[in-house]
Amino acid sequence: MSDLRFEDVTVCYGRTTAVDGVSLTVPEGEVVGLVGESGSGKSTLARAAVGLVPVHRGAITLGGRPVPARGRRRPLQMVFQDPYSSLDPRMTVGDSIAEAMPPGGSRVERRAEVRRLLELVHLDPAHARSHPVRLSGGQRQRVALARALAGRPRVIIADEITSALDVSIQGAVLNLVRELQRDLGLSILFISHNLAVVRYVASHVAVMYRGRIVEQGPTGRVLAEPGHEYTRELLAAVPGRRSQP
Amino acid sequence: MDRRWLRVVRSPLGLGAGALTVLVLGVAVLAPLLWGDRADAVDTGTLTAGPSGKHWAGTDNLGRDIVFRVLAASRLSVELALLATAIAVLVGLLLGSASCLLGRRTGRLVAAGVNVAVAFPGLLLALFFAVVFGVGAKGAVLAIGLSGAPVFARLTETLVAGVAAMDFVAAARVAGVGRVRILLRHVLPNIAEPLAVNATIGAGNALLSFAGLSFLGLGVQSPAYDWGRLLFDGVGNLYVNPAAALAPGAAILLAGLAFNLFGESVAKGFGVAVLAGGRAGVGASPQPAARAGHEAGPAPSDGAGTGVPDVVLDVRDLEVTFHGDRGPIRPVRGLTFAVRRGEAVGLVGESGSGKSLTALAVSGLVDDSGRVDAARLELLGSDLRTRDTPARRRTLGTALAMVFQDPMTSFNPTRRIGRQLAEVATHHLGMGRRDAMARAVDRLASVRIQAAGRRARQYPHEFSGGMRQRAMIGMGLMGTPALIIADEPTTALDVTVQRQVLELLAAIREADDVALILISHDVTVVGEVCDRVLVMYAGRIVEDLPASELATGAARHPYTRALVAAVPDMDTDLDRPLATIPGRPVDPAEVPPGCAYAKRCPLADARCRADDPPLVADNSGRRVACWHAGELSPRDGVRLKGAETAREAR
Amino acid sequence: MSDISVAVTGTLDPPGARPWGRPWVRFGVRRSGRLLVSVYVLVTASFAMIHLIPGDPVRGALGPTAPAALVEARRHALGLDAPLLTQYWRFVKGLFTGHLGTSLSAQLPVTDVVAQRLPTTLTLAVLAFAVAAATGIPLGVAMGVLTRRGHGRRTELAFTATSVVMAIVPDFLIGVGLVYVFGVHLGWLPVAGNETPSGYLLPVISLAIGPGAILARIVRVEMVRVLETDFVRTARAKRLPARTVHLGHALPNAVTAALTLGGLILGAMVAGTVLVENVFALPGLGRTIVQSILTKDYPVVQAIVLIYGIGVLLINTAVDVALALLDPRSMIREA
Repeated sequence: MSDLRFEDVTVCYGRTTAVDGVSLTVPEGEVVGLVGESGSGKSTLARAAVGLVPVHRGAITLGGRPVPARGRRRPLQMVFQDPYSSLDPRMTVGDSIAEAMPPGGSRVERRAEVRRLLELVHLDPAHARSHPVRLSGGQRQRVALARALAGRPRVIIADEITSALDVSIQGAVLNLVRELQRDLGLSILFISHNLAVVRYVASHVAVMYRGRIVEQGPTGRVLAEPGHEYTRELLAAVPGRRSQP
Repeated sequence: MDRRWLRVVRSPLGLGAGALTVLVLGVAVLAPLLWGDRADAVDTGTLTAGPSGKHWAGTDNLGRDIVFRVLAASRLSVELALLATAIAVLVGLLLGSASCLLGRRTGRLVAAGVNVAVAFPGLLLALFFAVVFGVGAKGAVLAIGLSGAPVFARLTETLVAGVAAMDFVAAARVAGVGRVRILLRHVLPNIAEPLAVNATIGAGNALLSFAGLSFLGLGVQSPAYDWGRLLFDGVGNLYVNPAAALAPGAAILLAGLAFNLFGESVAKGFGVAVLAGGRAGVGASPQPAARAGHEAGPAPSDGAGTGVPDVVLDVRDLEVTFHGDRGPIRPVRGLTFAVRRGEAVGLVGESGSGKSLTALAVSGLVDDSGRVDAARLELLGSDLRTRDTPARRRTLGTALAMVFQDPMTSFNPTRRIGRQLAEVATHHLGMGRRDAMARAVDRLASVRIQAAGRRARQYPHEFSGGMRQRAMIGMGLMGTPALIIADEPTTALDVTVQRQVLELLAAIREADDVALILISHDVTVVGEVCDRVLVMYAGRIVEDLPASELATGAARHPYTRALVAAVPDMDTDLDRPLATIPGRPVDPAEVPPGCAYAKRCPLADARCRADDPPLVADNSGRRVACWHAGELSPRDGVRLKGAETAREAR
Repeated sequence: MSDISVAVTGTLDPPGARPWGRPWVRFGVRRSGRLLVSVYVLVTASFAMIHLIPGDPVRGALGPTAPAALVEARRHALGLDAPLLTQYWRFVKGLFTGHLGTSLSAQLPVTDVVAQRLPTTLTLAVLAFAVAAATGIPLGVAMGVLTRRGHGRRTELAFTATSVVMAIVPDFLIGVGLVYVFGVHLGWLPVAGNETPSGYLLPVISLAIGPGAILARIVRVEMVRVLETDFVRTARAKRLPARTVHLGHALPNAVTAALTLGGLILGAMVAGTVLVENVFALPGLGRTIVQSILTKDYPVVQAIVLIYGIGVLLINTAVDVALALLDPRSMIREA
């Protein structure tokens, strides 16, 4: 069993509390959507999980044990929002992916692994030798996914990974996320401000508002019978809902 | 890499400075070997003499030739300057990357120290260290090196912080890469260029500082000599033999200029920021596009055609052209459309489709690097192709309202909100300050800003994003707008705030029959707010249809259909993959012949790739530009909701 | 136009202005705190200077052949024979009571020496700053407007080339050049001393050219940048006349950004007086400190380093206050 579990997690920046006593579970093999407005603490929670931000109180565990924040084995990986800043412009795509792989293995093996990962995200393995400048936003986001997979994670946190992409490309990345989850049995914490996107990829959804989780449950139920005022407001605000009066 | 060096060498300044630097370095290496003896040769016959055929710049008080001494001194001068620079860069690099290596708390302490030190000018620090290390060459090297360190520390700090904030560093940390390795593999390579450039400029400054210190008598001591020392000796005899001071002065100037200018031109060519605090100025402004010769003349006007009375905006054959490195770039290619009073028209398309530029062009706000051509461009009855006049400014200032994408940057940060609104009334309505402010408060209240009187006295940063966007709309309402052009007005906002802003726009339209052009990448938003939708692709309108037809699947252009299908909404079938559009949007610099969408289109055939389809209107006024308008592709099965004949295709 | 009423769907309106308390008070407290810490560091550094000298500073100053008794007497005169803490206490107390020790070479209280020299340096620095600002800023603004995007390629090139060179040429070289042309070659102006007001003309020019050119460059670049910002586009969308857009909206923002760097330039001008005073033989602090360093007259050196340092700190504080007045956001950044 390897659930990602947040227990009463609080994160503070100076005097402001960004995340306030959040408890949340990402069950093994499931996609949990985390929605909320900007500043609600979604990204902070993600960064706390991977150790980029110190946790003030509470615990984050993976399969019952604390998430390792040191060493080369990182079973929790993250994909970031901006595909233009998440790849080192000086490194080839292959090097970026190889860097995230656990140590060990010969050069040939590592190169083969890079090829396998690129194929997994539907990119031409020849791109291993390209620099990120040559890639489009959607291609970069695929590389970022491949790099996250290189660490052989049990859970991936995807932080607004489609919000910087053009609509014609967003769909392809969402399809890839669903495919990876289905084929590899990954657990994913999928953060987005877009309810329609979360509805499409996540089986469970948690709604975050001002640092707290105000509602969570199976996606279908939360969207059909929202229990919290804020969730109702979010749902009412989704554009396109009033197109047929 | 190569092209950037080429750019440096191609500029006359870069070439000259580069050659000069090589020359200075060459002389520094060779001069003592070639002319060392003659520089020390004592000519007792001519002591402190002026220039002559034998001694071009005269002699010093021991009868030694000034020209040879200046040449020979180049070795020591350059050597000491480089040594001092090396110290400055090394110490600066260590201090500057402290935050990255030692963790947050220690890093912050070091940064605070650097902050205090950097405020003190280099020469003062050099004097301080000259006292500590004593007068002489060794002391001066340490003094100039250490006094240059804070500036490099600050530079490194800024650069490191910039790179460390990038997601790829976060990704490396998540992957378990260690601090030192992150610094060496990710951070340093990404800041090496600006560091090297600034070190070059720093070497020039060190050379000048060294000359200054030696000139004060605190640097190199007799019998050794550098340029500063020669200048010091020469100035003492300025009235007897000015050349003895001018020759080393010229050498200092030449070498200092060489390093500085070379650094600056490399910075400019590479697009690297340069420190502005020291002697070097600010460099690296983005290079403006060169004005190439181009097919000339304003677009032909089709006679004295007056538009239909209720047409607010009439656009025919609108083109916007910029000048690129490889010929003109035309992001907007022949747009024709009109907006009637009270009508809401949506302009949708992906990034690079030219929709925002269209908005700027029709409101006369394209900056001077771009060229706007049109057969007709009439906004509220005034021809935008003619020269700007005060009368037209008044008309547009009161009757056209603009709302821009980013409410955070669209207000002047140094002025109170109320004053920014009131300005419209004082300039265009002839109101006094007091009346104008009263109207501003009233307008803020009308866009549902509570406590408008107090809010009007606040600065933009005290407003939330949604409030700012409302205030921006309120600014448009200072006059009596007939048209509001809103360019992605809600993209930067949360959905709940987006809803409020859209409702506000709708309410304004209803209340006063105001026309609206809503530009968005989001088909669902446009479909909800607008009456009519113009779909743009690669700078052209590919379809013009009633907004209600977007959702029903009655769109006839394959791009429009794909766009609608690619966006998941709350009713998307969860058991099917989302429809995707293969390939990527067209780069405005490389628009292919034929239909620009052909490469991504499942219906494309040879004709599509050869001839660009014209935008044709049908009886009901809908327009579409497609040779296969209305034909279904196999992929469309997925998109038409409820169509059971669907077949998945990649 | 009627009022527009919209049904408020959002009951959870996001918070608007964040409560900053009283920004001016917070700014004042923080900024003066920083000034005090900097002054403390400066005082300690100038005290420590003499103790950082490797070996025995007194023996070093008097030379290896000086008799031991003389060395001991000098050590006592400098107060170096007392315990370090006592020395530090005396030094700090002296600062408050105006006793900075006695100049070894002039045999006068350091306070007198400094008081005598300070006016010359102050006059020079203030005049040079006034000249640099009065020429650099307007020139930068004009150039910014003339060379904004899509305009004045040639003008930009010419301006950049001239200003780069002017910014790089060090003040002492300009000084030597001016002395040569006007003093030696033409024999027009006094080239040494400050007996007449015209004695300041050449020094001020040599000191002001570099900073003036740098200021002009910074202001131009900032102006060009600001003219491309969203809020200038908003101002243009309001159809304000060009003059209002440039001077009313763009200029304050360009100057704000330029001021941040301008503070450093101002500080550098204080240091520049040292060289210029030596070129023109002006009897100011700069000439005195160089002579004192050469004669190892440490009390004088310490005092002058302190004065220069405090001058620089005051300039920086003044710049921050000016920034806060111009741009309210900078106050928050400080706090």
